[in-house]
Amino acid sequence: MGLLSDPHCRRALSRLVLRLNTPLCLLSYLLGLGWFLALPLPPLAPRTYMSENAMGSTMVEETFGMGERALSYAREFAGHKKKAGGMPVAWLERTMWSLGLEVHRQPFTLTLPFPDETRERYMVKGTNVYGILRAPRASSTEALVLSVPCSPGTQNNQALGLMLALAAHFRGQIYWAKDIIFLVNEHDLLGMEAWLEAYHDINLTEVQSSGALGRAGAIQAAISLELSSDVVTSLDVGVEGLNGQLPNLDLLNLFHAFCQKNGLLCTIQGKLPRPEGDSLPAYAHSLQTLLLMVLAQASGRPRGDHGLFLRYRIEAITLRGINSFRQYKYDLTTLGKTLEGMFRKLNNLLERLHQSYFFYLLPSLSRFVSIGLYMPAFGFLILVLILKALDLWMKLSKGETGNAERLWDGDHGEPRPGLLALVPPLVVCHAAGLALYFLPVLGQHVATQHFPVSEAEAVVLTLIAIYVAGMALPHNAHRALSGGGSDRGWMVLKLVALLYLALQLGCLALLNFSLGFILAATMVPAAAAVTPNGPRVLLGVLLVLGTPAVTLLLTIFLQRELEEAPAGLGEGWQLFLGALGEGLLQHHLYGSILYPFLALGAHPCWLLLWNVLCWK
Amino acid sequence: AVSHYRLFPKALGRLVSALGVRELHLALTQGFWRTQAWGQPPLQAPAGAELWVWFQPTVTDVDKAWKELSNILSGIFCASLNFIDSTNTVTPTASFKPLGLANGTDHHLLRYAVLPREVVCTENLTPWKKLLPCGSKAGLAVLLKAERLFHSSYHSQAVHIRPICRDASCLAVSWELRQTLTVVFDTFSSGQGKKDWSLFKMFSRTLTDACPLASQSKVYVDISPKNKEKELLEVTPPSASVHEAIVQGDKRTYAVYDLLSPSLFNTSRSLNVQLKWKRPQDSSELPIPILHAQRYVSGYGLQAGEISTLIYNTHPYRAFPVILLETVPWYLRLYVHTLTIITKGKENKPSYIHYQPAQDRRRPHLLEMLIQLPANSVTKITIQFERALLKWTEYPPDPNHGFYISSSVLSALVPSIVAMKDVDMEQSPLFTSLFPSSDGSSYFVRLYTEPLLVNLPTPDFSMPYNVICLTCTVVAVCYGSFYNLLTRTFHVEEPSRGGLAKRLANIIRKFRGVPPL
Repeated sequence: MGLLSDPHCRRALSRLVLRLNTPLCLLSYLLGLGWFLALPLPPLAPRTYMSENAMGSTMVEETFGMGERALSYAREFAGHKKKAGGMPVAWLERTMWSLGLEVHRQPFTLTLPFPDETRERYMVKGTNVYGILRAPRASSTEALVLSVPCSPGTQNNQALGLMLALAAHFRGQIYWAKDIIFLVNEHDLLGMEAWLEAYHDINLTEVQSSGALGRAGAIQAAISLELSSDVVTSLDVGVEGLNGQLPNLDLLNLFHAFCQKNGLLCTIQGKLPRPEGDSLPAYAHSLQTLLLMVLAQASGRPRGDHGLFLRYRIEAITLRGINSFRQYKYDLTTLGKTLEGMFRKLNNLLERLHQSYFFYLLPSLSRFVSIGLYMPAFGFLILVLILKALDLWMKLSKGETGNAERLWDGDHGEPRPGLLALVPPLVVCHAAGLALYFLPVLGQHVATQHFPVSEAEAVVLTLIAIYVAGMALPHNAHRALSGGGSDRGWMVLKLVALLYLALQLGCLALLNFSLGFILAATMVPAAAAVTPNGPRVLLGVLLVLGTPAVTLLLTIFLQRELEEAPAGLGEGWQLFLGALGEGLLQHHLYGSILYPFLALGAHPCWLLLWNVLCWK
Repeated sequence: AVSHYRLFPKALGRLVSALGVRELHLALTQGFWRTQAWGQPPLQAPAGAELWVWFQPTVTDVDKAWKELSNILSGIFCASLNFIDSTNTVTPTASFKPLGLANGTDHHLLRYAVLPREVVCTENLTPWKKLLPCGSKAGLAVLLKAERLFHSSYHSQAVHIRPICRDASCLAVSWELRQTLTVVFDTFSSGQGKKDWSLFKMFSRTLTDACPLASQSKVYVDISPKNKEKELLEVTPPSASVHEAIVQGDKRTYAVYDLLSPSLFNTSRSLNVQLKWKRPQDSSELPIPILHAQRYVSGYGLQAGEISTLIYNTHPYRAFPVILLETVPWYLRLYVHTLTIITKGKENKPSYIHYQPAQDRRRPHLLEMLIQLPANSVTKITIQFERALLKWTEYPPDPNHGFYISSSVLSALVPSIVAMKDVDMEQSPLFTSLFPSSDGSSYFVRLYTEPLLVNLPTPDFSMPYNVICLTCTVVAVCYGSFYNLLTRTFHVEEPSRGGLAKRLANIIRKFRGVPPL
């Protein structure tokens, strides 16, 4: 402030910003990207460490030895599942009861906003079954959850078997201080959402559930298990939850510690642990893992059933058994021991997990990047917008003082457009956003009546149509106002658009860094460069490349590339269409914020920039 | 006042006379009674420590006496009863009535407090055992080995003192001290699914004699036949007598072993009661109790929430009223206008309501309601609250563990399904005092719901340092620049023309103290 109140310094600074604006912007952008690429390097990504005292060491003697029993449960369950043609509720209740658990069932129904074609469901009816192991001499104030989805086909039978075997083992122990809930949820995430809403007695979505529920107090942590083979080669851990929320890093550390203790191979994002050393391949490997995590987090899609727990401040992860062609296999006893160890450690918790980080990126399971270190990358990208806005602001204010002088001279310059000129483009852009948000789902019936498409196709196609139409509509809006066609007009509009974008991305990055960073990396160059006077075609292409929809398409290709399963153009397009429908469903079913953010925030903002480009 | 201490423990006797206590009820409980799985509790107590006391009308400063009493009891029972203060003490108006002789029930003489976080362990059991006339050296008390008692699912010990009539004519008053211990053993985990038990298996002790001071020393074993099937279970050794009683609206049969009868120890020197089930029980569903309840916190986030209580009346055709007592600490700010009571989809208006709002850091919320429960119904009571921000020194250790809300208390006269005949007081004094029934058709039940654990917004406790640094920096920067702006003199600046040479010249002139060009 002292610096700014000194007129000399201020002038020098403003001159610097004005003269060196483009190089500064370029430098800042490159610095941002460079910083991000440097994140997997060891100095920025230190080793993980356990912060919670109560889980400090893995000094637990695991005594679980019921691998065979787990397999027999799994086979029995598979038989009953086949016979019942779905979830064998009665058998599950009986089995859990005979294990000495307090059994409850929770039937639920739900109608999706439009049919989900990938999973073939529209009107969903299901039942969750869960058994509560009541901890002796505890008063049901705290609980832990072990959940297994009951998937169609032969999936996850072994997970259920292992869960029942663990329940049998846990029931015989005296040391439990927290109740343990063994949950079998039907229709994966839908069942989980229904159960969580019923447990917390709230109604966020339109799930209807009935029946009296047994409760066990505040849930402290949850582990979701997915396992479809009798032996596994590795365990993959899913961390990203709904809206990119992450569990406390200590839970992940706990898993990692027990994997190491039992000699299990554990992976994250399906990637093996990073090779040791500072070699280039090690760096590339870490970067790939990190990028996969960023992409997964940005999508806001829960990676596994644990993702919905995080909203309720319940730390949760999904463990997925992988059976590949590697040589070393682990049986269910080893997995059971790992889980037993984790549950005993969680049982020791005095407080909720809060010591470690909630915001982090993982270049591998043993290294993490904390929020303080990855935020600068985003900050540099946003700085571009700020610099550009500052530049425009100073140009505009200089013009104003110039005008004022001329007015004193009695010379009437060009008529100054007021802020009123900004209203039509702003209104039109946001109206387009609203249409994008509401019309696809509301208009599906009209669309199916008039065109030969199914509801799900209708929704996705309407979405694309409105999106593309939005680009054609608004850029003539300013003509409604006289005197809008000046240079000042577009500069003011661009200034507003830049600040609006910076504000949106800044807020977003606090909630979901990955999404904020990806959008910033794609939208910022176009937003900074756009002007009606430049090479129109080039800028147009840049701007279209920066639109969120194209970003989505590109990230799909990038993700498949990183997973070492590159997608062709056709397949990519199909995935893109699927992702659009999925995004809408995620919003309506679980309250994901990605779709409303893009439709109501980012897209209108992008349309404002498009307006600037088409300014006449 | 207590005049002699042959049987009555001196510590308690002197306490009663010194502080003007008319009735005292203290329960220390570890665990929660699972009404659904274990049936109606014989004597329920809330998790943690519960203390309620009626004082004599002669006591002038009840609060002072209460404070002193809780501190002394804390010393006697090695429990943290000294944490009872005005923030967790309430004066209920309807839920707790004197159980002994009383003339007048001015509820200002009553104090009630629960400490839900209290952990009960051996150090509380030992002083409790010492109050017995024979200690744990003889009689039934030899079974009370701490290592076995705490290898259980539920443990509750209580002390009740009340004045009673000395004889039928009731001309003189005696003090009654009753010590109760309720333990639930988990046969499932220890017996591989079998439900057989014996005294030795549970307590790793057997009974050898009665306490020489005792006038009565009996073991009752519930052998009530279920579903009219008599031969389901077998008790060894066979009992000399069988006692039938109606307990909590249900007909029960008890095998009685009288330790004072010499024939008991004729065959073997010790008594080891064993119970065996003749065939494995498939689904021994206990009859669902007529009155049971569930309480939970709903909602998520750290700002607002809702306390919901579900009260079930499973009686097929009779409605009955229930008194609900809720004590909520001040740091949950209850919104009374959000109180809703819904039964069968319709609003249920309480016929009596007593609400005392909390005062910050002084007293808790107290909510007492008389609610009519229709037959075969579920009543849902919800009230919303907001979480207060505590001062950062007010957080207890482990603040992220959460804060406990004590159990709410349900008191009701539950109509019984079996017709009850008036039990002869003289014949079985124990049962009539343990399970009193006001008339033939109903019995009294006091039920406690689960305690709740609520998370309050907690600051990062390493933060004060950061906050101090940050505020100092901000203040310094702001102050510096404001001072700069306020003290600076502004004047219109001449547009400066000239390049490097002139600037250099100006710098030199500045050093010389000459006005610049």
